[in-house]
Formats: sequence, C-alpha cells, structure tokens
Amino acid sequence: MNENSSIARKGRIRLFGRVYKTNEVIVGILFILPTLAFLIFTFIIPVVDVIRLSFTNFNMSTGVMKNIGTDNYKYLLNSEDFWHSMWNTVKYSFLKLTLDTGLALFLAVQLDKNVRLKRFLRSTFFAPVVVPMVASSLIWIWFYDPTVGPFNQILQFFGLPASKWLYHESTALISILLFSLWKGVGYNIILFLSGMQNISDSYVEAARLDGASEWQLFWKIKFPLLRPITSFVIMMGIINSFKVFAEINVMTPDGGPLGSTKLIVSYIYELAFSNGRMGRASACALLLFVVIFVLTQIQSLVNAKKSIDVE
Amino acid sequence: MKKAKIGNQNRHNLAFSFLLICAVIMLFPFVWMILSAFKTSVDVYAYPPRWIPSRWSWDNFSRVFEMIPFLRYYLNSTLTSVIQTALQIVISILGAYSLVHLRWPGQRFMATVMRSSMFVPMVVTMIPMYLLIASLGLLDSYAGIILPQINTAFTTFLLMSYFSSIPKDMIDAAQLDGCGPFGVMMRVVIPNTKGAIATATLFSFLGNWKSYTWPLIATTKEEYRTLPIGLRYLMQESSSEYQVMMAASVMTILPVLILFIFFEKQLVRSITLTGMKT
Repeated sequence: MNENSSIARKGRIRLFGRVYKTNEVIVGILFILPTLAFLIFTFIIPVVDVIRLSFTNFNMSTGVMKNIGTDNYKYLLNSEDFWHSMWNTVKYSFLKLTLDTGLALFLAVQLDKNVRLKRFLRSTFFAPVVVPMVASSLIWIWFYDPTVGPFNQILQFFGLPASKWLYHESTALISILLFSLWKGVGYNIILFLSGMQNISDSYVEAARLDGASEWQLFWKIKFPLLRPITSFVIMMGIINSFKVFAEINVMTPDGGPLGSTKLIVSYIYELAFSNGRMGRASACALLLFVVIFVLTQIQSLVNAKKSIDVE
Repeated sequence: MKKAKIGNQNRHNLAFSFLLICAVIMLFPFVWMILSAFKTSVDVYAYPPRWIPSRWSWDNFSRVFEMIPFLRYYLNSTLTSVIQTALQIVISILGAYSLVHLRWPGQRFMATVMRSSMFVPMVVTMIPMYLLIASLGLLDSYAGIILPQINTAFTTFLLMSYFSSIPKDMIDAAQLDGCGPFGVMMRVVIPNTKGAIATATLFSFLGNWKSYTWPLIATTKEEYRTLPIGLRYLMQESSSEYQVMMAASVMTILPVLILFIFFEKQLVRSITLTGMKT
C-alpha cells in the first residue's frame, strides 16, 4: 500500500504487472486515439460486417435481408461466372507476377552495373508508377485502337499482322497486362536496386577473385541475398494482382470481349453495384481474401524453408 | 587484368544500350501524349500516321473544358486529396510518436492490428463501407469520399522508421529541460524529421490523387466526381476523339510529373524504407 503510493508520487503507474510513466500512458493513449478510431471505422467494423453480410441475402434494390446460412458460398462455388472470373484472375496474376518480377529483377541487375545515365534511366522506369492510372490508361487505349492506334501501325510497318488488342477475347487481357507492366515495373526495380546496394562489395569481390562468371555471381551470390526482397515483391504482387480493378474497369468497362477481362473484383463490383446483391458480393470478397491469404502464407512458408536451406 | 576491364566495359555498353531502348519504350507514351494533345482530328486519322502535329493547336484543351466540368473535377480532386492527406499525416504523426517514443500497455497489439489492416484489400471492406456511408447519407459528399479512405497504417509505419532514428540522448536532454511528452514531440521529434514528414505527405497525396475505386462507388452526381472518375466518363463520351483525351491526360499528368521530377529522391527512399519493413 505504502509502496504503491510512493510510486504514484513519482508519476509512475503499475499496469498489467509493468511499471509505466503516468504521463506517457495518458499522452500515448490520447495520441493513438485518432488512429484507433479510424482503424475501427475503416477496418474492424467493415471486416466484421462483411462476414455478417456474407451469410445474408441482402439485396440493395429490393431491401430484402434474411439470414441464409452458407447459401451464398454454395451459390458462388457452383457458379460458372465465379469460376470464370477467378480463372481469369489466376491467369492474369500468374503472368503479371512472373513477368513483372522477372523483368524488374533483370532491369535492376543491369542498372546496378555502373552504366552511364544511371539516375536518368532509373527515373524513366519509375515515372509511370507515380502517374495517375486513369490518365495513363487513356494513352494506352489509343495505342490499342485497331485502326488509328500506333501499335498496329508499327506492326504493319514491319509487315506483321495487325491485332485487335483490347477488342478481341484472345488478346484483351494480355493488352491490359502489357499496360500494367509498363505502369508498375519501376516500383519493383526500385526495391531490387535498394536490395542490391545493401549487398556488401566484399562478397562480390571475393567471388570475382575466385573466377565466378557474371551468371554465377548473380545466381550464387546476389539472388540468394536478395531473397527477403524477392519474397516481399512476390507477396505484394500476389495481393495487388488479385485485387486489380481500376485498369480493367477503365480499359474494358463491360468485361471485355466475351467477358475475357472480367476478373474477380470486377465480378464483385458487378454483383454489388450493378445487381445490388450485397450479401453475395460480400461472400465473394471474402472468398477472394481467403485465396490471397492462403497464397501469401504458402509463399512465406516456402520462402522460410528456402532461407534455412541457404544457411 | 586489362582484358577483364575491357570485357567489363563491353558488357556495360551492352547493358546500357538495352536499358536505353527500354527507357525509350517507357517514355514513348508520355511523348505521344504531349504531341497528340496538340494534334487536329485530321492528324489523328491521317494515313500513313502522323507523329508530329502538322499544325499545333490548343483547341483540344478548350474542348476538354466544354465537354466536361474539368475545373470542377480538378477542384474536387484537389480538395479531397488535400484534406485527406492532412488528416492522414496529423493522425500518423501522433500515432507514430506514441508508438515509438511513449510506453503504454497494449501498444504491441495496436501495431499488430495496424499491420494486419495493411494486408486486407479494400475490396473486402468496400461493401459494408458503402452501406455505412449510404446509411449516414454521405454518398455524393466530400466527407463520404474522404473519411472511408483515411488509411494511416502505411504512413504511420513510414514515420515510425524515421522517428526511431532520433537519438535517445536528444530526447533525454529535452526531458531534463522540462519537456513533457507533448513538448518532446513538438520541439525534438517533428523538427528533426521534417524531411520525412514531407515525404510521407507527398506520398499519401499522390496516392489520394489517383485513387479510383472508392470515389467511383461513392459518387453518382457529376459535381462530386474526382478527376480520375471524370476522365473515365470523358472517355466514354468522346470515344473517338483521342486528341481531346490526350489534352485531358496532359493536364492531369503534368502536375504529377513535375512533382515527381523535384521529389524523386524522397519518393524512392520512402519506398525502400517501407518496402523492407512491411
């Protein structure tokens, strides 16, 4: 009792078995309150709500709302539209991940050599990243125009057959992918470059003295040491490519020719905001989240295993 | 030894030429956009294609203002982005300071929840958020655009990595001078991380400026559309007038490109910092 009061006099407080400074606790909690408020408002409540909604048949246009158990999930798992857009998303994500990561790594390795104009080159790769998506996709929509677009004119110049780009089901998704590579590759280049700058020169020098070729140098020294960054790039790549929406919605507003560019988020958007089926759309969003979660977990498990192997 | 050096040089030349070609490809859309914004429709539909305008005209820019309330969109985008950024930064500074330099029970848990919020994409929270905003009567309002997009986790972690680099001695000295927690923040932490705060501000402003999905959902009336949404509708209305679209793109992209040229170093640094920490 006595001891406690002497602690209190010194401006200290014992909470959950630890001693804190009273004024730090008060100010600390006061300062975190706005963060907490928005975290509750934009994250915790919606997450709880989306789970609750996914078990209802809530329809915006009719106002009906009833608990229907797991019917939404059953419906989706038996729905051709769902699997079609999921399959499109998987295709898109796989291509985007491999091409984006591969290209970024390759370009970063080239930039890391002491080439001329290094800073200028890096800036040109990075510039499309900061530019607003919609404005830049307007440029590419013109590029892809089958009659007056420069891409077909270039193809014709080289005597190659013209393509319908965004307007044919076999090329629409690839066209959007090309655009998003242009738009996003710079971000990963920056990450890889910073990783390579952290690799100590002594490793590289030692390997050179042992007569390692550039090829060996990359695969035996640089690539293993870049693993944490590669892992991060792939993790973000999975999350970002599975939730891709803006470029799809701008470049092919109605799902593309024969629905070939309808990805899972476009499907959710359509369910919720064109058809008003909030319950079903919520279930679909949660299924998407589960897919992303599982993939990123697998990714980090594989990565953890590999890191141990290296050591 | 000499031979190896020459070999290196050749390799570098090869890498340089390759990078240069890629750089030209990266820049091509911007060059095309700027040139085309001054073309007339005759040039756009000319065959063989005309890359340089035959007559430089400013008409496309005035056409943009005739076809859509472009200024209004610009104003909406600026207003919402600025308010959103200001809120985000103030909240993030307070939060980051509290998490890094103050000790209180539950702060570990708080950081964990914030971190996990970064891994839940907007698609998941978008539907309940829409219903909530609708029930509050905030659809088609600035508050309805701004509040749901206040996401402070990213900037808070960015600032935390800078705040934690402030030497403990500096803080101790300020405390000996009689500064409380608030005084330490105002007199030590913020003045010593001005650059970092500026970077975080720029970063979140650019993010807010190009935000697409939420403003698309939250607005139905023309007068609340932000620039990205307005451009999307312009595209639908002027599907064949590419030169007008380019003029609109130029006006949207140029301010961002100028910001980029001035602040590239800071942007790159903040990407590498948060990139590793997340």
